[in-house]
Amino acid sequence: MVKRIVLIKDTAATGPDTTRDFYNRFLDGIREHKLLDEIMVVRAADLGYYGHGLVVKIMPNNIVYHNVQNTDIERIIKSTIEKNQILDDLILNEKPKQIKVALRNCGLIDPENINDYIAHDGYKALSNVLLEFTPEKVIDELKKSGLRGRGGAGYPTWMKWKACRASRSNPKYIICNADEGDPGAYMDRSILEGDPYSIIEGMMIAAYAVGASKGYFYIRAEYPLAVQRIDEALTKCREVGLLGENILDSKFSFDIDIRLGAGAFVCGEETALMASIEGKRGTPHPRPPYPTGSGLWGQPTVINNVETLANVPYILCYGGDNFAKIGTNSSKGTKVFAVTGKIKNSGLVEVPMGIPLKEIIYDICGGTISGKDVKAVQTGGPSGGVIPNKNLDVLVDYDNLQKMGSIMGSGGMIVMDTDDCMVDIAKFYLGFCVEESCGKCAPCRIGGFQILQILNRITEGKGKIEDLATLKRIAVSMQKASLCGLGQNAPNPVVSTLNYFEEEYKEHIINKRCRAGKCVALLTYTIIQEKCKKCALCFTNCPVKAISGNRETGYKIDQSLCTKCGKCKEVCKFKAVSKE
Amino acid sequence: MTKVVQAQINGILIRVPEGTTILEAAKQVQIKIPVLCKHPDLPPEASCGICIVRIKGTNKMLRACCTPVENGMEIITHDPEIIEIRRTVIELILSNHPNDCLKCQRNNDCELQRLTADFGIHSESFPTFLRDIPKDYSTNAIDLDPVKCILCGRCVHVCQNQQNVWALSFLERGMQTRISPAGDIQLADSPCVRCGQCAAHCPTGAIVEKDDTGIVWNALQNKEKYCVVQMAPAVRASIGETFGQIGVNYTKKLYALLRRLGFKAVFDTSFGADITIMEEASEFEERLLKQTRPLPLITSCCPSWVDFMEKFHTDMIENFSSCKSPHEIIGVLSKTYYAEKFKIDPSKIFMVSIMPCTSKKYEIQRSSEMFASGFQDIDAVLCTRELGRMIKQAGIDFENLPEEQADSILGEYSGAGVIFGSTGGVMEAALRTAHYLITGRELEHVEFESVRGLERVKETEVEIDGMKIRVAIAHGLSSVEYVLEKIRQAKLNNTEIPYHLVEVMACPGGCVGGGGQPYMVTDELRVKRAKALYSDDKDKEIRFSHQNPYIKRLYEEYLGKPLGEKSERLLHTTYVPQPLYRK
Repeated sequence: MVKRIVLIKDTAATGPDTTRDFYNRFLDGIREHKLLDEIMVVRAADLGYYGHGLVVKIMPNNIVYHNVQNTDIERIIKSTIEKNQILDDLILNEKPKQIKVALRNCGLIDPENINDYIAHDGYKALSNVLLEFTPEKVIDELKKSGLRGRGGAGYPTWMKWKACRASRSNPKYIICNADEGDPGAYMDRSILEGDPYSIIEGMMIAAYAVGASKGYFYIRAEYPLAVQRIDEALTKCREVGLLGENILDSKFSFDIDIRLGAGAFVCGEETALMASIEGKRGTPHPRPPYPTGSGLWGQPTVINNVETLANVPYILCYGGDNFAKIGTNSSKGTKVFAVTGKIKNSGLVEVPMGIPLKEIIYDICGGTISGKDVKAVQTGGPSGGVIPNKNLDVLVDYDNLQKMGSIMGSGGMIVMDTDDCMVDIAKFYLGFCVEESCGKCAPCRIGGFQILQILNRITEGKGKIEDLATLKRIAVSMQKASLCGLGQNAPNPVVSTLNYFEEEYKEHIINKRCRAGKCVALLTYTIIQEKCKKCALCFTNCPVKAISGNRETGYKIDQSLCTKCGKCKEVCKFKAVSKE
Repeated sequence: MTKVVQAQINGILIRVPEGTTILEAAKQVQIKIPVLCKHPDLPPEASCGICIVRIKGTNKMLRACCTPVENGMEIITHDPEIIEIRRTVIELILSNHPNDCLKCQRNNDCELQRLTADFGIHSESFPTFLRDIPKDYSTNAIDLDPVKCILCGRCVHVCQNQQNVWALSFLERGMQTRISPAGDIQLADSPCVRCGQCAAHCPTGAIVEKDDTGIVWNALQNKEKYCVVQMAPAVRASIGETFGQIGVNYTKKLYALLRRLGFKAVFDTSFGADITIMEEASEFEERLLKQTRPLPLITSCCPSWVDFMEKFHTDMIENFSSCKSPHEIIGVLSKTYYAEKFKIDPSKIFMVSIMPCTSKKYEIQRSSEMFASGFQDIDAVLCTRELGRMIKQAGIDFENLPEEQADSILGEYSGAGVIFGSTGGVMEAALRTAHYLITGRELEHVEFESVRGLERVKETEVEIDGMKIRVAIAHGLSSVEYVLEKIRQAKLNNTEIPYHLVEVMACPGGCVGGGGQPYMVTDELRVKRAKALYSDDKDKEIRFSHQNPYIKRLYEEYLGKPLGEKSERLLHTTYVPQPLYRK
């Protein structure tokens, strides 16, 4: 009988071989200690930690060791596994202040084993629902929970379900939107890979509530492990009768298919997603009609995000009231964020709604890597905005972030320090949206492109002060006249950086200066004659021969030839090259 | 009963049936919200973002074209911010559109240009970035210049949904988005049937008819050439729109016009239609009474429909009438019958067809049978829009022209010939003559109301001599599937054929709604154009093709009899399956 599970993950991402080698050695150790029957060793896809080398998590004790070496294996087994002693030098203290709801099983259970899911209260919610709940009562319970869509817009989930239930037409569909695409966001991926059955259960409960008989997973093809895990989980469910006709001897019948996203960000937008499932070009369509009335193939459809669905079994298992105890008045429950950027502990965090942003950044994630000040935090991905340092006290929920000019979004959170240039950040996100615009709608397609051209000019030192007004003008037209969320929100990074960091834009335009030193074209490398020892290292290393002179007269950089590669500064041993 | 919703537009209370869009509802309060991508004939594409309006109580703006009015909505259709946003969007579109308007085929008749003028845009706020996409002149019927395309999506909609051809689609995304046949091939290598509905609905100069006016002007000034011309039924009902006259029949002024443009003889395609009826009705009589070939007989006078069938429905070839289209018949007869009679060297004859159609430009070289006279039977095809331009180039005051007659012996037509231009017209004309051929008696009531009108598929039963003749009429190529599927099912199950006679026109409304007709067509306009043809029919003394004395004379003097040896050689054609994609 398995008593403990040991989860292994190479959080430094040095390559698959590192984990495999370590896993084999660990298994050998377990074998030598004759513990094979009691200890299960699992290579986890994601533990929510990053940059901690090899991480070993021992469950159910919830002991996490980081930077583990091969030489530590023996003492981990001897002390911790056999004697329950904790090795202080290896311990990575579990991040405090987190509440795991959506991620409750991630890393805790074997995602490929349905029995493990069932052992962790899996399908308890479903069997409750099928035995004791009317569909209306399920929707009521969801209403009590206050769950809002975790995909970004935060629409109350119960209202979606209720509208779909009220639609008379049959058949109805449930779609799980697993087309996660924000740069740096991987919350949904972790759940798909780490707890596939909870999403399936969530979909089943949704189907029961609205009266749907068919579901689709729309998963981006770039998540092969997620696709594989979901596919295997669906097969398993069918095998044991948890999908198909008369589930658990009830009158409820339901099955789910998988559709793969073909690499378009806009296909996360619900109308485009449905077009894609129907085999059409993935472009958004006007709403109304809303999918709950006329969705997939014109039939009533509920589209919920992965994280939303993962919350559903929890709510139906432990009660909507219990769920609603977490969070703020308008935003209930928890939210998973993928914290990345210049942050010490990057990774997934699941926090109660209403937590101060500061606590996520400093207490949970340990502040910036460099130790420099946080300049701003970007939330909501390419559709979001920045929250400047002075506003880090903001309590994170849907409405507060919106008031700050950003959005909750799907949960991307990028931390920037003083080495980051805000114009550059805006340019990065705009570039993403321009690349991902479906091209259907003129304000988004051309507006985004024109904004990007202006930002390019500004970061190249060719900006004009009138450009700021033009940026705002195009941004407003995109926000008001675009058809879908992608176009309406694409200018947000520009609007919010302009709002909080207009000075930086002006510096680029008027002073031709980038204070973060990010905008290469605005940099000037010069040789400080007083410090220069005339060693010629810079002269010989300059790849474009922009440095002229000789050992007697000293050296000079010809600015018209310099490509600002920084090689001269890098090779100079006397700090005689300045970068401004 | 439809529910009524109540809302306010600019503070004025309105009541409209549920589902009415804001765009439609605003007309009640004398507001015409500016639009670009929305065509009155098509469902909203929602691609341009010009028609935005404000909803009180939200900070959002919504698109009027695709947003239904909801109870209690307070809609504002214009305020300074809305106007400014509309202007910005137009300027953005202009920044991705060539500004060579003066040299564009749509100059002065372009929806984007009109909007730009309306908004008083006199300078460039944003630098111009043009895409580098090659032009596609491969079809010899419609010219595609994707750089001028504003991606409104109308052409893709008509090609895919209305016509079910799927030649045009969107490729790539973002700024690289463009319209093209799938796989980036040329239109001529795609399933395109050249119906020109894309061109007729295009708001800019991105898709236009191939301009053959130059060829015709050249021929007209070539002393070696003997230029003759014919005009199709539908042209007379729509040319007036070039001058703001809707639903007026300009037959006789057109004859005068064409002579003044320099043509030596002016024929009428309606006469060709009379011949088509003689042949087709005889074919029908044969198939019905002698069971020579299978029924139903399907009409073949629409070249896009022929092309569509040869590509998508080759199992129907045996059901197709082998009779050529009316203008091809006039073409071949002009270089044989007419040339012989008037002792004109047929090699000198330059035959021009004025058509409501882009596909006819392709049809004239469709197969070797289009050279039955020994020469290319039709030398050039101009569509209605091109004729409109030639009138203006020549400076002719069209509306004040005198009325003239067409030239004998290919000019005088019966009422049956002229209704060819409307959906159901071929059917009605065929039934009039078939009745005579089968029974030997004339119909007392010549008008078949049940085959008229814009219903996309019309099915009805006509009694001839105690026989119940079942007929179907489809227009708009997507409508044809229903009819063909019924035929196919009957063939498959060996059950009674659902129809005896089937008429198909590729364009909605038939030729009056053709791809070469004046812009901004709607069903309302199609009805008005058709009405002009039906009233022409009504006014005619002779309303049966077989009673037309010139038809009788033609067969007596030259052709012999319908389906005779000479008729077969000159007036009939064959069909072969065509690949959907040539690459």
